[in-house]
Amino acid sequence: MDDLYREIIIEHYKNPTYRGKLEPHDIAFADSNPLCGDHIEIQLRLDGEGRITDARFDGHGCAISQASADLLIESIIGKTLEDVKKLNRQHVLDLLGIELGPVRLKCALLSLKVLKAGVYGLGQADDSLVEE
Amino acid sequence: MNLDVMRVRRDFPVLAREVRPGVPLVYLDSTATSQKPRQVIEAMDRFYRLSNANIHRGVHTLAEEATALYEEARAKIARFINAPSPRQLIYTRNTTEAINLVAYAWGRAFLRPGDRLLLTEMEHHSNLVPWYILAQERGVEIDFVPLTEDGQLDLEAYRRLLERGPKLVAFTHMSNVLGTINPAKEMIALAHQAGAITLLDGAQSVPHFPVDVQDLDVDFLAFSGHKMCGPTGIGILYGKMHLLEAMPPFLGGGDMIRAVHLGSFVPNDVPYKFEAGTPAIAEAIGLGAAVDYLQSVGMSAIAAHEHALTAYALERLEEIPGLHLLGPAAEAKGGVASFTFDGVHPHDVAQVLDRYGIAVRAGHHCAQPLHERFGIPATTRASFYLYTTKEEIDKLVEGLYQVKKLFG
Repeated sequence: MDDLYREIIIEHYKNPTYRGKLEPHDIAFADSNPLCGDHIEIQLRLDGEGRITDARFDGHGCAISQASADLLIESIIGKTLEDVKKLNRQHVLDLLGIELGPVRLKCALLSLKVLKAGVYGLGQADDSLVEE
Repeated sequence: MNLDVMRVRRDFPVLAREVRPGVPLVYLDSTATSQKPRQVIEAMDRFYRLSNANIHRGVHTLAEEATALYEEARAKIARFINAPSPRQLIYTRNTTEAINLVAYAWGRAFLRPGDRLLLTEMEHHSNLVPWYILAQERGVEIDFVPLTEDGQLDLEAYRRLLERGPKLVAFTHMSNVLGTINPAKEMIALAHQAGAITLLDGAQSVPHFPVDVQDLDVDFLAFSGHKMCGPTGIGILYGKMHLLEAMPPFLGGGDMIRAVHLGSFVPNDVPYKFEAGTPAIAEAIGLGAAVDYLQSVGMSAIAAHEHALTAYALERLEEIPGLHLLGPAAEAKGGVASFTFDGVHPHDVAQVLDRYGIAVRAGHHCAQPLHERFGIPATTRASFYLYTTKEEIDKLVEGLYQVKKLFG
């Protein structure tokens, strides 16, 4: 329980490394969690081989949603779009290092959902993108 | 009559539990749903153990007992809101279904394209969406009474909007977010002068202070059992008899008919016309027991207890740096304290408080337009009821200082 606000999460929430805008960028996508108003926007820059050379996120919301976005961005720089397509919810939970109930899981997975919707070039982010 | 809160608490089994070993429950989420006293739990248990049968038409002993208990509960609830007759109370699932019933049965029968409805900016989604659906379907226009900065209805604007000639004015008696208690009697009188009928959302008022439908002269009143110490799955729509009689049925099925032939039916009398299918019998009996319970404590005593707690809570919460309360001063509101906290999302506030066993709600509380009005995505809400103590408010304040420390 107390793990939920481990230092790493509070730290990435208060002092995120990858918050901001990336101009120019090759891929951008944004979505919100309608239940709590968490909002995440992700921008990616790619090289000729589809490798992510830089990335940023922006948005607002609870500590879990914002810290997981910062950790997720950190984990994908240098990866290819194909690598990103393979990421699942466990990847985010491993980054956070905590167990989450169903309500907070939605907060944690918002950034991955946004990232994958952008990478797949979808019109909207769907929960099926972050199933097990 | 004074309220002995420690005695009241002994009636609520769940209040004795620990959320985790050594962490007692501090339940500050009664606006979402109240806890249940043993008197209600036992009444439902007794029904299932002794008298369970389907109601109406049955001639065996159990069916007669079940029918009598079900109708006795209706009569008790009718007396509780001072309805002229129990026949004017329709059992629904909850407030939401009661409002939908009016929107569906009254709205579709009596509204024409270009007619207007008047709602307010502080409504719960349950008193917005049924009207939006109706408006889309029937070409009906909707106006909204705006709010003042301190979260009260702008009554000058209300008078002006009434001049547009709405057919119906539907508004909440007490806001589930701001706690604002609206001047219902005055607003209903003004609506009637303007030729409108009125629907009052009593989900937050009927559980917390005396509500008298004849004194208010309200045309429809909707409320839920589960917010007033009763079970989930049961609510009430009260209506004036001439309106209920003029309305076509809502759902079709058994019990709502007097006769059915191949290709035609004759609807039953009010209220059965609106009660299709086997209803929530045990839940209705449970709500009857809840009303008995609330009356044994005394609605005025409950209102006074909550008022004192609210005044105390607002005073303590205002001390916390970075905390911003929504809504009016204690005099104008019921037992609700919604707030934002600088630099901390409401979800995080609620999650950290849960560590200390404190149950509050975080989000838009099914009132998104209200939050948009104040330019915030979500709030944290603590709410109080007859079993809430001053010590619990102290624990909330201590918990909030812990939140501040963690995120500070």
